[in-house]
Amino acid sequence: MGATGGLTLVFGLPLAVALFFFGLAAYERRMGLANGPGFFQRNGLAVGLYLVLAVGFWVFFVIVLPQFSMVDMSFRPKLPPSQMGGPKDVFTLENYRYFLFGSTTSTSSWNWIHIKAFLLTIGVSIAITLFNFALCYPIAFHMAQSAGAARLRILLLLLIIPYWVNEILRAFAFRVLLSSGGIINKLLLGAGVIGEPIDFLGADVGLYMGLSYAYLLMMVFPLYSAIESLDKNQIEAARDLGAPWWHIHLFVVMPHAKPGIASGCTLVFMLCAGALAAPLVLAGPRTLWFTPIVYDRFYQAFNWPQGAAYAFILLVTCVVFVLLVLKMFRLSLGEITR
Amino acid sequence: MAAAVELEGVNVTFGDFVAVRDANLTIEAGEFFSFLGPSGCGKTTLLRTISGFIEPTRGQVRIGGRDMVGIGPNKRPTALIFQNLALFPMMSVADNIGYGLRVRGVPKHERDEKVKNLLIQVALSEHGHKKVSELSGGQKQRVAIARALAVEPSVLLLDEPLSALDLKLRQHMRAELRAIQKRVGITFIYITHDQGEALTMSDRIAVMNAGVIEQVGNGRSVYAEPRTPFVAAFVGENNQIRGRVTAVADGMATLDTPLGTLSGRNPVGLKAGEEALLFVRPEVLSLVPTGTPNGSTVGFDGEALDVAYEGSVTHVTLRVRTGQKITATVGGGVVPVSGETLHIGFKPQDGLLLARPASH
Repeated sequence: MGATGGLTLVFGLPLAVALFFFGLAAYERRMGLANGPGFFQRNGLAVGLYLVLAVGFWVFFVIVLPQFSMVDMSFRPKLPPSQMGGPKDVFTLENYRYFLFGSTTSTSSWNWIHIKAFLLTIGVSIAITLFNFALCYPIAFHMAQSAGAARLRILLLLLIIPYWVNEILRAFAFRVLLSSGGIINKLLLGAGVIGEPIDFLGADVGLYMGLSYAYLLMMVFPLYSAIESLDKNQIEAARDLGAPWWHIHLFVVMPHAKPGIASGCTLVFMLCAGALAAPLVLAGPRTLWFTPIVYDRFYQAFNWPQGAAYAFILLVTCVVFVLLVLKMFRLSLGEITR
Repeated sequence: MAAAVELEGVNVTFGDFVAVRDANLTIEAGEFFSFLGPSGCGKTTLLRTISGFIEPTRGQVRIGGRDMVGIGPNKRPTALIFQNLALFPMMSVADNIGYGLRVRGVPKHERDEKVKNLLIQVALSEHGHKKVSELSGGQKQRVAIARALAVEPSVLLLDEPLSALDLKLRQHMRAELRAIQKRVGITFIYITHDQGEALTMSDRIAVMNAGVIEQVGNGRSVYAEPRTPFVAAFVGENNQIRGRVTAVADGMATLDTPLGTLSGRNPVGLKAGEEALLFVRPEVLSLVPTGTPNGSTVGFDGEALDVAYEGSVTHVTLRVRTGQKITATVGGGVVPVSGETLHIGFKPQDGLLLARPASH
C-alpha cells in the first residue's frame, strides 16, 4: 500500500462516513422523518464538534482501523518485511485454506486438530453460556424482586469484590483449588469420599469453572436490570390466576427479561469463545482451545497473516451465531442494548 | 349456602404496626361489597389477606365456608384486579384473558371458545389479537375484568381499579362494573377511598379507619346513620359542632355548645354531662334572615363568606361566632349574598349526636 493510498484511507474513509451521515441527517430532516432540534442546536457548535471528532477518532482508530487491518492482513501471504507491498503481496485465501486443510496449497486432507479445537470452543462456550444463565437467573431474580435493600447491597459487594483480583490470578486460584494436591482433593480424601485424588484439571472441570466464573457478572447484571424493571404486580397477578412458580418464570418473567437474557448470553458467549487466560492456565493437557492456537499463530509460528485469519474466522462465526440466535428469539440488535 | 367470605377476628400486623385490627365480617354470596376508607386504613391489606398474598397474624379467613389457612393465592377461588391492572404487556389481549385457563391446562380449542365469549361480554371482540399497549384505559380495564372472570372465581376482588381513569370514564365504568356483577352473579369485593364509588355501586359498605372496621351497612345507613364520628365525617360532607350533653329525652338530646343550645338525635345513648359531637349535613341546613325565629328549628347566626351558585343548588360557606366554618347547601330559590349575616337553622331530628373520642 503506497503512502498516499494509506493517507487517503486513514483520513478519507472517516470523512466519507461522516459526510454520508450528514447527508442522511439532512435527507431525514427534509423528508420530515426526523424533527426537533438538531444535534448542533442541542449541544452547541463547540461541544458538538468535539463530540463528533472525539467519538469519530475513538471509533475509527480504536475499533475500525485495527479490525480492518487485521482483515486485510488475513488475506495476504506471509512475507518478510522487505517484500511487503512488492509483487508477491497479493490477495490470497491460503491462510483460510490452512485452517481447513492444514496446508497452504493442498486440499487433500482436513486439518482436524484445528477444526476440532474450533468446534470444541464454540460448543463449550454455548454450554457455559447456558450453565451461566441457569446459575445467574435465580441470583438476579432474587436481587431484583425479593431481596431487601440491605441484602441487595451485600450481594452486590460479594459479586463485585472478587473481580478486583486479576483474571490470571483468579485462574491460578482455581488451579490451586482443583489440582491433585489441592484443597478440594484433600478434603474429599480426608473425608474418605474418594480413594485417590480426582484429576479435575485433566477432565477440564477447572476450565469450565474458571470460564463460568470469569464472566458471571456479565450475565448477572443484564439479567438483574431486566428483571428489576418488571412490575411486581404482574408476578402476583399470574400467581393469583393460579400459575405455579415455574410457569410464572417461563411465561411472565423471562419474556419480560428477554432483552436482558439475550444481552447477558451474548456477552458471556463472545467473551468465552475469545477467552485466553483461563484456557491457557486451566485447560487440561489433552484439551486444545481455539484462542491459544490463534495466539500460537502470532507468537510461536510468527505467522501474523495466519493468526489474523484464525481470529477473523472466530469473530465471524461468533457474530453470525449470535445474530442467528437473536433472530430465533425474535429480538433485534437494538433491543439488547436497552 | 355458605357465605362467600367470612372474617373472624382477623389481625394483620407488620412488626409493631397493626394494619388490620379484629376484623369480623360476613360477606354474602352474590353481594357487591365495598371497603371504604382513606389511604393507609388497611383496606388493601385486608383485600390481600382475602386473596392469600398475606397470611393473617391472628384470626381466620373462610371462603365459601372453607378455612383458607396455608392456601396460597394460586389455589384460592378468588381473582384479584390490581390497581394498575398488571396486564401482561408481552401477551395479546386474548392471551391475557386466557392465561388463567392455560395455567389450568384447559385445552386450546376450549380456551379459545371461552376467551371469545369473554371478549364479547366485555365488548372487545374486535381487539383479541391486539397488544395491551394498543388499548385505551377503559378497554384495559375491561381486559383485566375478563382475565379475572375467565378463571370463574367465586369472589372477585378489586383494588381501586378505577382510580387511574379520568372522571367521565370512571363514572361510566361504575355502571359497567355493577352491570357485570349483576350479570355474572358472583361476589365482588371492592376497595376504594372514593365514597361516591362505594355508595353508587355497593350493596353493603364497610367503612375502615386505622385498621378498624368502624361500620358495616348499606349505603343509606352508612350515610344517614353513621355510628362513629369518623364515619359521619368521612362519608359525605358533614358539619361538626362540639358540645356537652345537658339533657336527654325520647332518643333526643340537648347540647350545650359555644354556639348556644342545640339539639339532635341521640342514637348511641349519650347521657347528660358527656362530651359529644353534633353532626349536621349541609343539605339539612336552612338559611333565613336573622331575627325570624322559627319554633321548629334550632340554630345560630353566621356570616356568609363564599357563595357558590350551581344552578339547582347553592353551596354557602359561613363563618360563625367561634370562627368555625359551616357549609350549607340550599335549594335554588333564594341565593344569599356573601357578607350577609344569616340565621342557620335545622330541625333537631336532622342533627346527630355521637360520643366525642378522647383525641378530638
